[in-house]
Amino acid sequence: MAEKIRRFFKTFLLYEMLEGLAVTGRYLFARKVTVQYPEEHTPQSARFRGLHALRRYPNGEERCIACKLCEAVCPALAITIESEERADGTRRTTRYDIDLHKCIFCGFCEESCPVDSIVETRILEYHGEKRSDLHYTKEMLLAVGDRYEAEIAKDRANDAVFR
Amino acid sequence: MMALYAKLIAAGLALFQGLFGVALGTGLFTLVKTSVLITIIVSVLLGVVAYVTLLERKVIGYMQSRIGPNRVGPYGLLQPIADGVKLVFKEIIMPSGADKVLFVLAPVIALMVAMAAWAVVPFNKDVVLANIDAGLLYIMAITSMGVYGVIVAGWSSNSKYAFLGAMRAAAQTVSYEIAMGFALVCVLMVSQSLNLTDIVEGQMDGRFADMGLNFLSWNWLPLAPMLLVYFISGVAETQRAPFDMAEGESEIIGFHVEYSGMLFGVFSMAEYANMILVSMLTTIMFFGGWASPLDSVVFNAIPGFVWLLAKVFCVLFMFLWIRATFPRFRYDQIMRLGWKVFIPLTIVWLVFIAAWMQTPFSIWKDVHG
Repeated sequence: MAEKIRRFFKTFLLYEMLEGLAVTGRYLFARKVTVQYPEEHTPQSARFRGLHALRRYPNGEERCIACKLCEAVCPALAITIESEERADGTRRTTRYDIDLHKCIFCGFCEESCPVDSIVETRILEYHGEKRSDLHYTKEMLLAVGDRYEAEIAKDRANDAVFR
Repeated sequence: MMALYAKLIAAGLALFQGLFGVALGTGLFTLVKTSVLITIIVSVLLGVVAYVTLLERKVIGYMQSRIGPNRVGPYGLLQPIADGVKLVFKEIIMPSGADKVLFVLAPVIALMVAMAAWAVVPFNKDVVLANIDAGLLYIMAITSMGVYGVIVAGWSSNSKYAFLGAMRAAAQTVSYEIAMGFALVCVLMVSQSLNLTDIVEGQMDGRFADMGLNFLSWNWLPLAPMLLVYFISGVAETQRAPFDMAEGESEIIGFHVEYSGMLFGVFSMAEYANMILVSMLTTIMFFGGWASPLDSVVFNAIPGFVWLLAKVFCVLFMFLWIRATFPRFRYDQIMRLGWKVFIPLTIVWLVFIAAWMQTPFSIWKDVHG
């Protein structure tokens, strides 16, 4: 009975409603967590898996030996490789395409690569204006690698301790 | 300011009487004066409506630990203009088989009704467009007309979803109007008048007002349950969260599904105008309008208009606060609250107030005097 009376007054005095209002009222003055995106960024891990790149050795020779492990391991079937013997007798790719529409950024290609050729960089702000723009060819991937080699090498060196 | 206004009116009247003769001049001057005042009220109201949308997004953002719009102009102050421009340039899609005239007319009716009610709203003593004796009745009659906008929108869309949504919204509005009406009957009983200026003036005297505590003499204290009923009914009446069935795209569809572009924009302008109107009426009926809360020198020095604005802002803020807090009602819960809680509650309090007024303990002016 007492419980019933209590409930009656609680209902008509809008007790729970006021509790709810108090919560939102507190949050009105709470710290805001918005990140002002183009100017501010959330912290990014050194292991972030973003846009792919093909690396070169310091002497300018491309690392990729066309073993096709990455193509085999790719769960999304995003990588297409064709290879041929080059004039100096080494095996090299003639085609190395990554379809970024298919890619799920799992990082398996990077894990499987025996020569650290294909890597995923920390770049996440890229776009394509046509559908084919996100179909990355060997030249494009090498260009990404050339441009960000310093950052890529640094991240790999930092991570080597944990491997 | 009042003196300047009176001077301006007198000068205008003299000018018109000089130009067109006494009889014609007086009539023409009233016409011109009224048109100018209407223009001022409507344009200010539309500006406020635009910025209430920004305020709402800011307040709700802050309550959700966000910072709300801040990209267009400093602190996002140009956001309403950007929104308006966007809406104007969006395509208006007419559903095939829609009644084109009614389809366009529906949002206009909704907005027109929300604007027309402001004719009798007093902003200060003697600052009112039409100081009619049956102001309260006029308000109730005009706000009831808002249902036509909803019904016509649903009907003319030629869509079963819009039609059913309109039925729901209309039933909701009509249900809460009854509770709202009963709450206002209490107000008019204690103030013995239907004139909004008289209702405000009536709240200025009482036992507490004599002690200098004006705010305890206002209607909100003896009529506290009616204030709650009126305010919540007002939220339901304006189709605001948590009673915003029409907005629940994912779970249930409302009467304006077929509307796009500026036609939809006009509907939402009407919603915000109604919100401001309900805040204004709550202030006038229950919070003593332009009266200052304490009878002290400092407080009395602040003009009544400022007090009115401050009170309206507080009530308006409650609308936003409620929207940020409560989840949407289910339709049967809306109906249950309206019919099974509010209407009995208002009737009980109506009888209670009526009985109270007949006893020697009545705190209001003499019923028989």
